[in-house]
Amino acid sequence: MSVLELKNISKRYGAIQALDNVSLAIQPGEVVGLMGDNGAGKSTLVKVIAGNFAPTSGDIFISDQKMVFHKPRDAQKAGIEVVYQDLAICNNMSAASNVFLGREPTRKIGPLRIVDYAFMRSRSAELFARLKSETRPRDLVHKMSGGQRQAVAIARTLLSDAKIVLMDEPTAAISVRQVAEVLSLIRQLSDHGIAVVLISHRMPDVFEVADKVVVLRRGELVADKMASDSSPEEVTGLITGAIEKA
Amino acid sequence: MANPTLADVINRSQHHGLIARITNQQIFWVFLAAVFACLALTILTDSFATERNLFNVTRNFAFVGIVALGMTAVIASGGIDLSVGSTLVISAMTVSVLMSAGMPFWVGCLAALSVSLLVGAVNGVLIAYAKMPSFVVTLGMLSIARSLAMVLSDNKMIYEFGPDHDFLLWLGGGATFGLPHPLIILIILACLTAFAFRHLRWGQHLFAIGGNENAAVLTGIPVARVKVSVYMFSALMAGIAGVLEVGWLGGVTTNLGQAMELTVIAAAVIGGANLAGGGGTAFGAVVGALLIEVIRNSLILLGISTFWQGTFVGSFIVVAVAFDRFRQRKT
Repeated sequence: MSVLELKNISKRYGAIQALDNVSLAIQPGEVVGLMGDNGAGKSTLVKVIAGNFAPTSGDIFISDQKMVFHKPRDAQKAGIEVVYQDLAICNNMSAASNVFLGREPTRKIGPLRIVDYAFMRSRSAELFARLKSETRPRDLVHKMSGGQRQAVAIARTLLSDAKIVLMDEPTAAISVRQVAEVLSLIRQLSDHGIAVVLISHRMPDVFEVADKVVVLRRGELVADKMASDSSPEEVTGLITGAIEKA
Repeated sequence: MANPTLADVINRSQHHGLIARITNQQIFWVFLAAVFACLALTILTDSFATERNLFNVTRNFAFVGIVALGMTAVIASGGIDLSVGSTLVISAMTVSVLMSAGMPFWVGCLAALSVSLLVGAVNGVLIAYAKMPSFVVTLGMLSIARSLAMVLSDNKMIYEFGPDHDFLLWLGGGATFGLPHPLIILIILACLTAFAFRHLRWGQHLFAIGGNENAAVLTGIPVARVKVSVYMFSALMAGIAGVLEVGWLGGVTTNLGQAMELTVIAAAVIGGANLAGGGGTAFGAVVGALLIEVIRNSLILLGISTFWQGTFVGSFIVVAVAFDRFRQRKT
């Protein structure tokens, strides 16, 4: 059973064919490297999956059930979480507050609903432990390394029992040591049966962590194969068009 | 610790000890400065540590402190409210006009606070929904609200407040247990504000908006609604201070609260509110207001011309911001 299946997804903006008949199946716990040049349709595909816009044609299945997303909230309810490139993190707040941003748990005291910090801390400590990250719930985010910040953003996706996590260029602007940290976070997600779609320009990162590589070129899916059967050279050829299809 | 338990990990934090944690707060130094100034004045002058002068100081700073609570919320959410002085006067005028026309206190007070909330709501809606810069919107409101107060009162001084005249003067100018009423109200409001900042989702959300508005939007925080509420909160604080100040002065003219926004912003910033958004505490606003009032008072007692007050308040804002920059670079 695939956790996510796309069947003949197309997306048009007027005369521009951003996605052309893209079909793709992702298994639970699978790490998929989604690659392509600028304008190849990567972000359009991600936005279709995340419910930001509806495809012009084609169907989306989550765990073999057909889904129609009208807004990002619908996709979120179906178990799709997005880690944004800028991580959507508030530097002035603690790690725990950031994990629960926008969905702070409360408990009732008389007529008041007060934020339940104890629960936020213990729950986020659990999530960080699951991610094998050393991030501490009470720490302010602005003192954290890039890897720890990623852990905060990823822990947020675990809060809601995500089935699929979409990550947009998580390793673009961080140091080598932190990249290793982020890749290990991705492996942790995968070990917990959560599929990860990794959008990245960094070939070595993708091959280090991905089970499968998917290449888009001018809106068309030109490769969908196991990473072990492919190579950075082949993928580069596919991205640029030197290799037609694989 | 080879195998830390979950609780250990939770309790571990980047702050190493209580002392380090306290000295790292700007407010600690400001508080120290205020205490030091008080001590110096007690030694240098005969008039500072008199009961009468202290009563005056505490009452004077209470008005700035109350408004600074609201300002801190606005600044923490990443905005600014320049209209607080004008909101204060329109509230003062509303309660005065209604009471001098024979209305009881509660009607006048309710109307004054409603008018203030309306001013805040207009500010908030223009900023949050029409996405106009808070600086521009509240600058416009600064002019509009004061002008409306003039229209309302025909620019006359009001000093007779109908049947509840004595109650109003008692509320603003009286004292209970030796504490001036405005100070008691400031303490209550500061506690409520501190509680709301820390323990309500509203507080979490307003600090999140100030820290990273884009993140707040992406994580589903109702950003626009929170912003409107923040400006309404600021206006309400100004409105409360307005009603109290009428009672203290025993009369009101339309130049009440003129240029007050500068002092209030200074109090909030000195107390640790971060003009870039995302930082500030209720306690800080109170201590900031206290320090400004002590300095102002000391200038008078030391016989320095009042013309110098603006120089001090202005430099304080600059120094507080510079201090904050310096501290951030260090860490």
